[in-house]
Amino acid sequence: MFKEAGLTALVVFGLTFGLVGFKTHDVPGGLTILTRFDQVAMATVLAFVGRIAQVMLREGRAKPVLAAVGPFTLLVLTALLLDAFAAPDTVAPMAWARPFTSPVVNWIVLIIATIMTGRAAWALRHGLAGAADREAAMDRVGAKVQQAARYLGPVLLAVAIILPFLPIADRRLLDIAILVVTYIMLGWGLNIVVGLAGLLDLGYVAFYAVGAYSFALLATNFDLGFWICLPFAGVMAATAGVLLGFPVLRLRGDYLAIVTLGFGEMIRIILLNWYEFTNGPDGISGIPRPSFFGLPFKRSAPEGVETFHGFFDLTYSPLDRIIFLYYVILVLALITNLFTLRIRKLPVGRAWEALREDEIACRSLGINPTNTKLTAFSIGAMFGGFAGSFFATRQGFISPESFTFIESAVILSIVVLGGMGSQIGVVLAAVLLIGLPEFFRELQQYRMLAFGGAMVLIMVWRPAGLLAHRDPTIRLHGGKGVREGPT
Amino acid sequence: MTADPPAPLLTVEHLTMRFGGLVAIDDVSFQAADCEITAIIGPNGAGKTTVFNCLTGFYKPTVGRLTLHHPQKGDILLERMEGFRIAQKADVARTFQNIRLFAAMSVLENLVVAQHNALMRASAYTVGGLLGLARYRNAESEAVERARYWLDRVGLTDRADWDAGNLPYGDQRRLEVARAMCTEPVLLCLDEPAAGLNPRESQELNELLLFIRDEHRIGLLLIEHDMNVVMGISDHIVVLDYGRLISDGTPEEVRADPAVIRAYLGEEEDEDLPPEVARDLAQQAGPAEG
Repeated sequence: MFKEAGLTALVVFGLTFGLVGFKTHDVPGGLTILTRFDQVAMATVLAFVGRIAQVMLREGRAKPVLAAVGPFTLLVLTALLLDAFAAPDTVAPMAWARPFTSPVVNWIVLIIATIMTGRAAWALRHGLAGAADREAAMDRVGAKVQQAARYLGPVLLAVAIILPFLPIADRRLLDIAILVVTYIMLGWGLNIVVGLAGLLDLGYVAFYAVGAYSFALLATNFDLGFWICLPFAGVMAATAGVLLGFPVLRLRGDYLAIVTLGFGEMIRIILLNWYEFTNGPDGISGIPRPSFFGLPFKRSAPEGVETFHGFFDLTYSPLDRIIFLYYVILVLALITNLFTLRIRKLPVGRAWEALREDEIACRSLGINPTNTKLTAFSIGAMFGGFAGSFFATRQGFISPESFTFIESAVILSIVVLGGMGSQIGVVLAAVLLIGLPEFFRELQQYRMLAFGGAMVLIMVWRPAGLLAHRDPTIRLHGGKGVREGPT
Repeated sequence: MTADPPAPLLTVEHLTMRFGGLVAIDDVSFQAADCEITAIIGPNGAGKTTVFNCLTGFYKPTVGRLTLHHPQKGDILLERMEGFRIAQKADVARTFQNIRLFAAMSVLENLVVAQHNALMRASAYTVGGLLGLARYRNAESEAVERARYWLDRVGLTDRADWDAGNLPYGDQRRLEVARAMCTEPVLLCLDEPAAGLNPRESQELNELLLFIRDEHRIGLLLIEHDMNVVMGISDHIVVLDYGRLISDGTPEEVRADPAVIRAYLGEEEDEDLPPEVARDLAQQAGPAEG
């Protein structure tokens, strides 16, 4: 027990000594190095004690763990709350009970301690839960959430609809909300390809780029508006999906992933180098903003055109345009979702899922795997294209920089993290993945580290994704119960 | 066609399949009749599954002609068709030696997916379905009715909403047969349907296969090692060994064929056995070999 704890403490010490122990500090006339060995020591001690508690918990000695960790949790909680509500520029009491200087790290410590207390209390009441029990329990939670989705969905939707009118809605929150909803839409689009049809696509951002550039080029060269270009952008992206689909139809799994990865890079590099057409690394600027049925969101409109606030007799507010953009992406995302929910219950949707399960069996049943894969690719790409043209109109400027591989990786993470094929899982994962980095902003350069750590933890606890639970698309016995049969 | 009284459903002529230098099937010709159960037997590695894979389009035969005498659509040359079209256009369905169900989908969904092509037409290739037209809704409830019929047949009605992967092994075997039947085939190819079943389950399977033959009037092609199943229900047996056809006839004829006994028991071993034991074994047409 002590050996294990010692090892953990050693690893933590090794990691934090360099990363946390020293900090460069700006002083007039140069940099000095601040040492923060107190923090390193604290981390090491906490890791040591925490590991001992964890081992004891595993061995079934929950009582001493509860006796030690419980008060610690309460103590930290009180100290943190005092700090949170303290007047600015004063030091809140109980500073000694805040282990680290950074509030975010303190909250993370508190969360871990709370989980441990909860597990100890659970073990005292119900006996020790094995890994399999925990897995089954989590699956039941997943099923419950999926069931609750019928009620949760409308509630979330209502929140999403009234969000711009809530008192907390400022420019920053709305910008983040637009970003999150864009990723939700991309996640839902990719979910068709990866979650339903089981085709691992690492180059989804290519379709996003095709959509964005189609709209930007059409709009700037032919002076067309957002709403006219939107279907074109979707068609262009779907065509790109078919073009990619044809050569890679025979490939599966890893091989497909590599080819799609290459395709994504190809598109980006073409955009970067075809200077005459795409303006290369300079990007395209001056992309028109969407209008509200022809009414632009501007302080003053050119001759003969009425503005949005003028037409509705409102006072001009720059926020109007943001709110409108928010609703546009919300509607686009909802269309994606409704389409997916609907098509899952149609033969083509079922064929996608069957193809994911077993391609050979599909062929023996007379399902054309070529066409089925192509439809999945092109429909997924189409929604990516819609999202892309929204992105272009929101930014007003696009360049190949926006369509790097990391975007594909983030979208894929959203799908995998949410639980493949789960629509509400995508929402949850997008909020976490796009929201967490905002939350971790205080950690500065360690932000992505914390983000990666959170992902590793989620994948360790829920390898199949947060809400990996699938409901049949059709039932014989009408019951809406939790998954029947042995689980 | 010089066929015996029942009309031929499938004619295999000079079927040869080579994988590089390996000859998996060597000039095999036989016929399978409509409304009959034709069993293909032979020791492991005899090329039985390869014959199936040629028939159902998973392999392109090196040489040979495979003619399906479709009762409604006339003669169809299977060797010229792409894999999935054999199931789609020629109405040949198959099951697999290692069960291939859609494990994460429910039992009912497995049976509905099998009716993909009919439902696609009814949903006007998705457009009508998206719009929620009545035609698709009716087609879907018909599909569910057909699925329910087969679920009743294989005794899985109560478990229709289970995930197929959670079913016990014997149920999965029967579900695979039901799924193949949901495509409304004229020829059903079963690759070792009784493998891993206990005697009671394999008896139930026999009854199911006889029911399919007698009530649905289609031809069945069967690969099987379980001699109880083969001798009990086959109308006609084809024996392969090392890719060659060594015997072709009724169960009685095949059972008595010395070439078959040799293939199953081996020549040398025959001499070591006491004569009465060899005779008993011959009568059983060999034990289910390992």
